[in-house]
Amino acid sequence: MLHVNHINAFYGKIQALWDISLNVHEAEVVALVGANGAGKTTLVNTISGLLRPTSGLIEFLGKRVDDLKSHSIVELGMSHIPEGRMLFPNMSVRENLEMGAYTKRVWKNKHKTLEQVYDLFPVLRARQRQLARTLSGGEQQMVAMGRGLMSNPKLCIIDEPSCGLAPIIVQEMFGIIGSLRSQGIAIFLIEQNVQQTLEIANRAYVLENGRLILEGNSQDLIQEEMIKKAYLGL
Amino acid sequence: MDITTLKSKKSLIWWTVIFTIFILLIFLPFYTQGYAVVLLISILVYVILTLSWVMFSGSTGYMSLAPAAFFGVGIYTSALIGKVFPFPITVLVGGMASFILAILVGALTLRLKGIYFAIFTFGLVMLIAYSLLFFEIQVTGTRGRFVIVMDYNTIYFYMLGIFMLLLLTTYLIKNSKYGLALRSIGQEEDAAAHTGVNVVGVKVMTFAISAFFMGAVGSVMATKLTYIDPFIAFSTTYSFMPVAMAIFGGTGSLYGPIIGAAILTYLEEILITKFAEVYMLIFGAILVAAILYLPDGLVGFIQKIWRRLMERNHVDT
Repeated sequence: MLHVNHINAFYGKIQALWDISLNVHEAEVVALVGANGAGKTTLVNTISGLLRPTSGLIEFLGKRVDDLKSHSIVELGMSHIPEGRMLFPNMSVRENLEMGAYTKRVWKNKHKTLEQVYDLFPVLRARQRQLARTLSGGEQQMVAMGRGLMSNPKLCIIDEPSCGLAPIIVQEMFGIIGSLRSQGIAIFLIEQNVQQTLEIANRAYVLENGRLILEGNSQDLIQEEMIKKAYLGL
Repeated sequence: MDITTLKSKKSLIWWTVIFTIFILLIFLPFYTQGYAVVLLISILVYVILTLSWVMFSGSTGYMSLAPAAFFGVGIYTSALIGKVFPFPITVLVGGMASFILAILVGALTLRLKGIYFAIFTFGLVMLIAYSLLFFEIQVTGTRGRFVIVMDYNTIYFYMLGIFMLLLLTTYLIKNSKYGLALRSIGQEEDAAAHTGVNVVGVKVMTFAISAFFMGAVGSVMATKLTYIDPFIAFSTTYSFMPVAMAIFGGTGSLYGPIIGAAILTYLEEILITKFAEVYMLIFGAILVAAILYLPDGLVGFIQKIWRRLMERNHVDT
């Protein structure tokens, strides 16, 4: 459903992505792992239309998207849950979630989708009138995920959902990602938590210095010597 | 009584109050004469400018110092075509000219953030004023222009009409999906883009709608001034006063800017007549005090006291 074909991207004069090609298929969890500064966030920002690749092609659901604005890409059914949550701090939880249903395609059904999100994160129902900035870190991540799901996406890009969270809540987040897959939503997951990510993902790509250096089934990658040394500390 | 009936009762009271105020405002010229109408015109000018300013800058957080540019474009439009067209058309054209200018300027500059945007919008006022001055002196060979004269009651009714339309527009924006998008831009612009808001489009459009009202009120104001030149039309006062009035009243609500503009305009009138030489000094001191001690504006301050009183009553009973 998502095809990235030989893209290159720059920050000013510095090349951040080198000849990246990857695929995400229906109802599949694909992980992108790599160290800090490898270019993971740059890559997903390019996919979701916040940055423009200088060359190469990005296709989503058979449609070329690398020249579209990000709001048009959301309309097509790609949702990006950004790193660091990026909530609207002085808006209520409910308003934050409603913003997720901003696109025309889903605005009419926002009450129904809202109920589904509340069922997925019951704590948010209890806190719906509270301002987003008054929530705990874990709850804020739930709002960010919920907001991303409000657009009823076919593909969900989740950038570092475990960032800054307690281990028990990280566990919960991974549980939810698994249940999204079973609902038929494809997930492109960016993580530094390599062990857990590889356990949940079907396939994974490893990014280093702006280049994809490895790809394969997660089960195989866990066995890979290089991964063990560099990311799992074994 | 549950919350919804309480809410609907509260909004019913609000609508009655607003309706009554408007009826009073409409009939005011028939039972007072002279000064009251003139004062209300001054107040309405600033109320409209302030409310238009809040519509864009209050929610998005982009500090625009361009009100004087849009106001001035309205004034100049009135001077240029006021003698040719029926007056309602002049007002409409004045508003549309500002609307188009705002779209051009907005598309170019709304990528700028923070202080850069503020400085650019202020520069716009200067740029237009000096270009016009150059044009008037070099090409038309005059310095200023005469504008058609209208009586105060007519001016007043035009202002009131624009005010009502603006109030309705602001209310509709505030309670719509579009208003939600505007607020989200003010709080976390990148996230707004992530959720599918056409960030640039929404900003430029709102900037232009607010400019429309500034231009429209400018073209009415021109007839009160009767003679204009580039520096009368593009006086920077009309950029700074709306900002000061909005901060003084509080930008969080619809009535905050209205109350702020009304009080400060009245205060200005009093100070000018009583302390003509030092009025700016006193005015400035009051503004500094307001910014220091009323961070949420006058309305925010009153709401805080009100809430505290209510809580105390709650504890007592």
